[in-house]
Order: sequence, then structure tokens, then C-alpha cells
Amino acid sequence: MTSAHTASAPAEAEPQLQTPLTHRSLPRRAAPAVLLVALLAGLGLRLAGLALAWSAILAAVGYTVAIYSWSRAVEGTRKAFDRMVTAIVTSAFLLALLPLVSVLWTVVDRGSGRFDSEFFSYSMRGIVGEGGGAHHAIIGTLIVTGIAALISVPVGMLTAIYLVEYGRGRLARYITFFVDVMTGVPSIVAGLFAYALFELFYEAGVRMGIMGSVALSVLMIPIVVRSTEEMLKLVPNELREASYALAVPKWRTILRVVLPTAVAGIATGITLAIARVIGETAPLLVTAGVTASDNFNPFDGRMATLSVFSYNEYRSPGVPPEPSFDRAWAAALTLILIVMLLNLVARLISRLFAPKTRA
Amino acid sequence: MATGLSTHVTARRRPRRTRTLPDLAPVVFGLARLQVSYGRHRAVRDVTMTVHEREITALIGPSGCGKSTVLRSLNRMNDLVPGARVSGRVTYRGHDLYGPGVDPIEVRRRIGMVFQRPTPFAKSIYDNVAYGPRAAAGRRGRLRKAELDDRVEEALTGAALWDEVKDKLKSSGLALSGGQQQRLCIARAIAVRPDVMLMDEPCSALDPVATAKIEDLMLRLRHEMTIVIVTHHMHQAARVSDRTAFFTADTDSEGERHGRLVEYDATEKIFNRPADRRTEDYISGRFG
Ligand SMILES: Nc1ncnc2c1ncn2[C@@H]1O[C@H](COP(=O)(O)OP(=O)(O)O)[C@@H](O)[C@H]1O
Ligand SMILES: [Mg+2]
Repeated sequence: MTSAHTASAPAEAEPQLQTPLTHRSLPRRAAPAVLLVALLAGLGLRLAGLALAWSAILAAVGYTVAIYSWSRAVEGTRKAFDRMVTAIVTSAFLLALLPLVSVLWTVVDRGSGRFDSEFFSYSMRGIVGEGGGAHHAIIGTLIVTGIAALISVPVGMLTAIYLVEYGRGRLARYITFFVDVMTGVPSIVAGLFAYALFELFYEAGVRMGIMGSVALSVLMIPIVVRSTEEMLKLVPNELREASYALAVPKWRTILRVVLPTAVAGIATGITLAIARVIGETAPLLVTAGVTASDNFNPFDGRMATLSVFSYNEYRSPGVPPEPSFDRAWAAALTLILIVMLLNLVARLISRLFAPKTRA
Repeated sequence: MATGLSTHVTARRRPRRTRTLPDLAPVVFGLARLQVSYGRHRAVRDVTMTVHEREITALIGPSGCGKSTVLRSLNRMNDLVPGARVSGRVTYRGHDLYGPGVDPIEVRRRIGMVFQRPTPFAKSIYDNVAYGPRAAAGRRGRLRKAELDDRVEEALTGAALWDEVKDKLKSSGLALSGGQQQRLCIARAIAVRPDVMLMDEPCSALDPVATAKIEDLMLRLRHEMTIVIVTHHMHQAARVSDRTAFFTADTDSEGERHGRLVEYDATEKIFNRPADRRTEDYISGRFG
């Protein structure tokens, strides 16, 4: 190594590095090129009569092995390992995406047949065979889920506030435990609970929209508690202390500082909780029940919901069965669209409510 | 001028200002054998000192020696730490701070606090400053808008921030620079019109320019309120404070570290003629 520091050496002399700063690397389009070759090979296998799944798996394995060996030969082990893991993770991601895409595709494909204006403006009252719609079920779903949210959001949020801001000792531990238990309650049990509860007040076999809401609340409350709790815990304690130091009482601190700081996350959590319960079928079947007509009074009689409607059309189709099946798929598609919309709303809310750091 | 303390101070002129320290200035805080424990750990013990009106009192010492703990016991912030226990006696203008029936909210209305890291709320600059007065007004009728505007302007002017933000009161407090955020927090505390301001290393997250601004601010605020400041920055203590308390932590026979007050005197004396060897070592940078 020549020294640049000795007085005799010219000032411009660059010291030699023992190891260079640069490595040899694969050409820039190496990875896409290998991928293309692997895909073509997979296609070849498929045309040669191999099953689709096997062709895809072999193509993925082939790509991973090829890129790893090539990279190892040129770039060294660290870079090669990086490329291999990238390939594996990407494959795993695609694999995980597969069922989702497949379900979406099937529902869109079969549901779009009856996804028309009649479907949204007619109930099933007096309909045999073709025609009819899910107007009653769509409104019913909105009413039942809306009331469930009206029950769950205050209860869940207040519980979370208690647990994070006030809860110490035994009561808080019990509540946490029961929330955990509730998280694991099977949805049909929630439905049977609501049924049993209302049977105490009404005759056996009672069916009401509000019962469905109660059943959904049982499922929704623990989700709201959990997500709100997490969000409240994220609020730095320093903010609370800063507020107390300004002679502000605890309840006002929670209302004016803690909740506004966490509101974006809480609102997102609530929206996702709604999305989670809106597609429940079993608990609604035993509480809100099945009906063919519009009923928008949650306190009086059976109320249709989208998931139950879909299930019922599929389980007891007319003759011929096709119109019923089409309606079932259209209802499923509507439900998926509502859930997607809710997810979008959740993102919008978190964007909208996020604490503003800019003017 | 009867006390020895004041003659000492005037004998050696300090570069920035000369100020006599009459021991006769009303006592704001009286600490007598104060001890604070967290759970079973005694963080600081046997602190006896007095804080005087319209003075800046600095608490210095190596980290972990209990400066923040002592400071937080002055406005009952320690109440908020589960397991924290205060014994000994702390009086504020003659009233026992930990006596029966003392409302911590009332205590904190008179004794404000500024923290190490700026903690603006996710609200507009205006709402940050108006936060304290609004809460106070909530208990005895609403504040009129004009009145609130005045309070906000007064506080922001007091914190030397008004000129920088007067055109963007509606924009977020989080959009300010670190130094501005800290002055916003000071303004927020001033807006409650406290009698005492406690500051826990208010400049440690700031650059030298922002630090200088806050130091100027403290020197101006001293005309209106009593200030107690914790700092790990000895030059800062020397520059701004009238009295300095030096704390250290020593290890007892069971290996536990307890903070204790070593020496408390006029700042000028602590920095020029400390009575205790440990103080001298610390300020001359030999340890800590
Ligand atoms: N909230 C707390 N819970 C438990 N121990 C604490 C807490 N705050 C401080 N302590 C302990 O008290 C001692 C003094 O801490 P502190 O007052 O923060 O020191 P300083 O401000 O001088 O650095 C330290 O040993 C610290 O670990
Ligand atoms: Mg500290």
C-alpha cells in the first residue's frame, strides 16, 4: 500500500484499496431475462402435457436455481443469496395471492350476470324463477350492520379507553381476559347467544333485525376493543403528561389530546371491524332470519341480509335453479364490493384524520 | 444587603448581569428531607432546599441522580407514575403540596412545566396555546373569543414566538422547527399564567441558536415568574441561573444508587468557590 501521507509522495497519489469498492455484477436485465426463459420453459412443459400447477412450480424452482447459480458464479455468495431469497419471497407472495385472485375472478365472472338495476331495485316478493333482486337484503345488511356498529363502537371504545387510561389491577385483567375469549367465539355461538337472549323476552322462534345486530356486536366488540387499545397505546405518554402539566384533568386530556391523536387509527380499526362482520352468515340466519320482502323495521319480524340471501338462494333454488344461482353470485359480488368500499373508506379516513404536520 | 450571600455575589461581577440575591425574597418552594421512591427503589433522598421568588434555580448533576424526580415532585407530576411515593415535606408558598385535600390540578395551574422533548399537540398553533386557558375556563364559564385571542397573543409574545407565527396561527404546531416547537410549548405553559415554571432540560434537543433564544426567554420570564430548570449543561446553569443545586448519586452498601443533594448556593459561588470537593470535580469536568 503506498502512503499518501508521506511528504515526498505527490499529493494526488491515490491510495490503493486492499479490496475494491466495486464488485462484478450481472448485466442489468439479467433477472428479467432469466425469468423469461423460465416462464417459456414452464409454458413448454405445459404444452407438453404437464399439469398447470406443476409447470408453474417447476418454472419458479428453475428460475430460483438458475439466478442463484449464475449470480454466485459472477457476483459472489452474498448477492446470490439475496437474489435467491428475493425469488422465494416473490413466489410465496404470488402463491398467497392466488386464492384471492381466484375467488375474486369467480365471483365477478358469475356475479356480473345479474348485477343489473333490477337486482338493486326489487325484492324477492312474489318472484318465482327469473327476475327479482336483493333490494331488501342490501338495505337489511346496511341496517343490521349499522346498528351493530352503533352498539359496538361506543362499548368497544369505552372499554379500550378504560383498559389503557384507567385500568389497573384485577378488573382490567379480567376484562382483557374476556375480550380475548370473545375474540375466539365462533360466530354461530354469537348468533345463538343473541337468539337465547331475545327468547327470554319474546316467544320461541323470534326473528328480528335487531337480534342480528346484537349477534354481530358480540363479534365486533372485541375487534374494536383490540384495535382501539393498540392505537391508544401508540399515543406517547409525553403528550398526556404535557396536558396534565397544563392543569388539564384526565378526562379532558383523553377527550382533547389522546383521542384526537389516535383518531385516524381508531377510525380505520372500526371500519375494518365492520368489514369483518358484514359478511357473517350463520349468526344472521338464526337471528334476522330469511324473508323475501322489504322490512326496514329492525324491531319487527324477519329481515333479509345479503349473506343470508346468497346462502338461501343457493341452498333452495327454484326450478330451473339457474336464476337463483345467478342471484346468489350477484349478492356475493355486492357484498365483496361493499367490503372493498369499506377498506377504501378506511384508508381515506386514516389519510383524512392523520395528525397534520403540514399547514 | 445584610446577608453574606449577596455580598459574595456583588463582590465578583458576573459578565452578563449583576443581581443581588436577597435571602429575604419570599420562599416559593420549601423542600425538607424530600425523598422519592419508585416502587422499592429510592431514587432520591434527603433533599432540603428553598426556591425563591423571581429567581432562576438550576438543578445540575450527572444523569440518573434524580434531578427530574425532584422537579416533578414540585408540581405533583410524580402522582402519574404508578408506584411513585413522595415523603418528606414540600411546601409551596407555605402550603403543604402533599397535604390532605390538595388538588393536583390546582397545583399544576400555578406551577407549569416544560419538558425535555417538545410535545406540541396535533392541533393548530392557536389551539395549542389556547388549550390550557380553555380547559381552565371550562370550569367557570366560557372564555370570550376576543379574550382568548388576547391570551394567545400574550403567551406567544411572551415566548418570543409571536412574530414568527402570527400569520399562520391556524397551521399545525407540528409543522414548526424543533426550537419553535419548544417555544410553542413554553407559550402553551405561559398561557395558563402560572406562578412558577419548571423546565426539565428544555434545550437538550435543540441546536445552539435555538438554545440561546430559550435562554434569553428565561431571563425575561424571570421578571414575571419563578423558574426552576434542570440542565445537564453546566454553562447554561452558569449563564442563566441565580442559584444552583448540585446533585449526585452514590451507591449504598446494598449496591443501590440514590440521588442526593450535595451543595446548594448562589450560582456564582457554586461555579467559582464550591464548598464540596464533588461539586468542584463535576463542574471542572473531572467526572459526570
Ligand atoms: N418512572 C420511573 N419509574 C421508575 N424509576 C424511575 C422513573 N423515573 C426515574 N426513575 C429512576 O430514578 C432515578 C433518577 O432518575 P431521574 O430523576 O430521571 O434522573 P435525572 O433526571 O437526574 O437524570 C433513576 O435511577 C431512574 O432510574
Ligand atoms: Mg432527567
